Amino acid sequence: MSATSLLKLANGAAVPLSKVPRLELAAFREAIISGCKRDRRVSALFGTPHADGLALYGVLADDAAGMLECAWTVLVGDEFPSMTPECPEVHLFEREIAEQWGVVPAGHPWLKPVRFHSSYRPGHDAWGRAQDVTPLIGVTNFLRVEGEEIHEVAVGPVHAGVIEPGHFRFQCHGEHVFHLEISLGYQHRGVERKLVGGPTKRTIHFMETLSGDTSIGHATAYCQNLESLGGEHAMPRGHWLRGIAQELERLANHTGDLGALAGDVGFLPTASYCGRLRGDFLNMSAVLCGSRFGRGLVRPGGVTFDVDEVRLEDLRKRLEAGAKDVTNAVQLLWAMPSAMARFEDTGRVPTDVAAELGLVGPAARACGLRRDVRTSHPYGIYQLTHIPLATLDSGDVYARAYVRWLEIKRSIDFIRIQLGEGPRGGIRSECPPPKPEHFAVSLVEGWRGEICHVALTDASGQFAAYKVIDPSFHNWMGLAMSLRDQQISDFPICNKSFNLSYCGHDL
Amino acid sequence: MIVLYVHIATHLVLVLLLPPLCLGVIAKTKALFAGRVGPPLLQPYYDLARLMKKGMVLSRTTTWVFLAGPIVGIVTTLLAALFVPLGGHAAPLSFAGDFVLFAYALGLGRFFTVAAALDTGSPFEGMGGAREVTFSCLAEPALFFGFLVLAHASGSYSLSDMLGASVSSTWSTASASLAAVALSWFVVLLAENSRIPFDDPNTHLELTMIHEVMVLDHSGPLFGVILYGAAVKLFVFGALVLGVAAPLAGIGPWASWPVFVAVSLLLAVVIGVVESVMARLRLPQVPSLLVAASLLAAFGAVLLVR
Repeated sequence: MSATSLLKLANGAAVPLSKVPRLELAAFREAIISGCKRDRRVSALFGTPHADGLALYGVLADDAAGMLECAWTVLVGDEFPSMTPECPEVHLFEREIAEQWGVVPAGHPWLKPVRFHSSYRPGHDAWGRAQDVTPLIGVTNFLRVEGEEIHEVAVGPVHAGVIEPGHFRFQCHGEHVFHLEISLGYQHRGVERKLVGGPTKRTIHFMETLSGDTSIGHATAYCQNLESLGGEHAMPRGHWLRGIAQELERLANHTGDLGALAGDVGFLPTASYCGRLRGDFLNMSAVLCGSRFGRGLVRPGGVTFDVDEVRLEDLRKRLEAGAKDVTNAVQLLWAMPSAMARFEDTGRVPTDVAAELGLVGPAARACGLRRDVRTSHPYGIYQLTHIPLATLDSGDVYARAYVRWLEIKRSIDFIRIQLGEGPRGGIRSECPPPKPEHFAVSLVEGWRGEICHVALTDASGQFAAYKVIDPSFHNWMGLAMSLRDQQISDFPICNKSFNLSYCGHDL
Repeated sequence: MIVLYVHIATHLVLVLLLPPLCLGVIAKTKALFAGRVGPPLLQPYYDLARLMKKGMVLSRTTTWVFLAGPIVGIVTTLLAALFVPLGGHAAPLSFAGDFVLFAYALGLGRFFTVAAALDTGSPFEGMGGAREVTFSCLAEPALFFGFLVLAHASGSYSLSDMLGASVSSTWSTASASLAAVALSWFVVLLAENSRIPFDDPNTHLELTMIHEVMVLDHSGPLFGVILYGAAVKLFVFGALVLGVAAPLAGIGPWASWPVFVAVSLLLAVVIGVVESVMARLRLPQVPSLLVAASLLAAFGAVLLVR
């Protein structure tokens, strides 16, 4: 199957559904598998109901060309040959399809529920469970290592700290971890199902709370879809403000992460300072729009709040103060040998494993993978101003921490330049309702990595399906891999170095 | 005679009341290093009072061992505190060989703490117990090599004499040995009391904790007893280190009490500084540091008897 049979689409573009090529199942499979072998990444792979069975849509990202490749197929029957053995990065997508639509990816090596809900198609279930039985979250067949001296440590879903619920199961020999299995689903709210039939007044609020710390990222991805579906571009000044808000979000979260990493190894000065500085950067978002998490700022057509010269000056002052303090606090961490001894060589994910699993965001860049939607599929303000890509090769906790630091510096530089002068004009254009029977894909580089939203509209211009892929969806398996042959006591810093979203995964 | 009783009473009052203040001083020091105001100095007392007023949750899988852990822990720690001379004054109890009872009274307390942890059947607590036992048996040689040095220098097998007037004179004849012991015991103090770089008393991460993870299931008054016992233990080890590093026998029986309190708090500041400027060790490296401490104390002994 040649690549030409796939529709090439730019990030943030919409096309009539009829333009998206419908392939035979075998050709669709081949397109995905060969795409993975030709340096494409699987950005989305999901099912929606179809008159003939189940429609499967695939979106591949070609980072080198800066294009997305799309196709779909119809699956008749309750089984299809799994692509995972040949293309491991689709493993979770296939599990999700199996769980949601009750079809079996035959030959999937790790076919377990993802979020532990009943199938969306009554009468179809990948595990043959009765329809009226609600699956219990976390009850599945976990991988077990057998032996007299093996012990199993189960952590969560209730944790000792105030964090989201998730279940972690370690197979240990003493302090040595053979394998970690992560079982989520406790935060499943059924957001995607709620989005069908939209957009409504509530849709944007769902988007802003898909993963609370990525409000700007998800809202931007959604608004790009609505703009392309409506055929109206956002105002340049709106793009400019979105870009500033997005980098502030990145800045706040990366700073918080470095502080948390320092806290986990018991290095207090950086932990405390970064904790405060995260708040300072969040407060800059509040200066923009009144919400520390950027809620209510990004809306279809642009943004809701403009900045005047007084607030710009305020932001510049806060940025410079924050930049100085964060540099001091973080340099302290790099200069501390006992902290570096904990970070280096801990939780290493080899580059080939990261590529096979399709990791995204700082976790991928720390393994030397050049993956950043802002440079490969630029959108909004990033089409005009490029942010240099930050990568490191070692793939350990140190690399994931240091990539964050590089990105902090680059985000500060970016915001500093943007705060100098922005485009004039309005901040928001009127966004027409979505065109009927259209297909739109939008990628955004959230602070955790690639956010992918795919929208399909029906004949009346409402969402027939709305697929959200949070970066955490790609990366949870990376955390599991990073624990292989590590000390169980190093799990917390490995976990913090990924800092993935539970609710973004569980939706 | 009355003077002796007053000194003993002072000893008891200090052992019972001063330890939480040391924790408060450590917390304050760490807060200052982190650029925070930090909790009040008396916060540990408030915490203990709060815990004592609370109810308790007891797991159905536990037995009397779970209750015995904290009780035996506090009793043995207080017993050990009776053998350690404070501020150059003889301890309330002393006899030849009491240092062995001192070490193994604490060992008994640890045994029961670990047993109570295992009693819960939780995998975390089992892990914590395994770590605690491994690390404490590596810390023990350091403690005993130190005793060896002091016994040789003082010609006595009682802690009150070993840490008594002879320490000052030994500093002038064999200062290297005593410095080695003081340093080695300081490392033991950090390890035995689960301070950074061995353990982080403030962490909530169940997979990395050592001492704290063993007491995860204790709550209310029992947990208060554990925290109080931990504070006393820190104070007792502090008194050992100070007995070597800052002998107070020569400065007069009454002046030595306030000086002792001052150096105890100073030691708490030093611990706070160490905790502020260091990250935790990776767990597999903990034994190396403890073995180094033992070797240091052994070297001190070699220097003295060569």
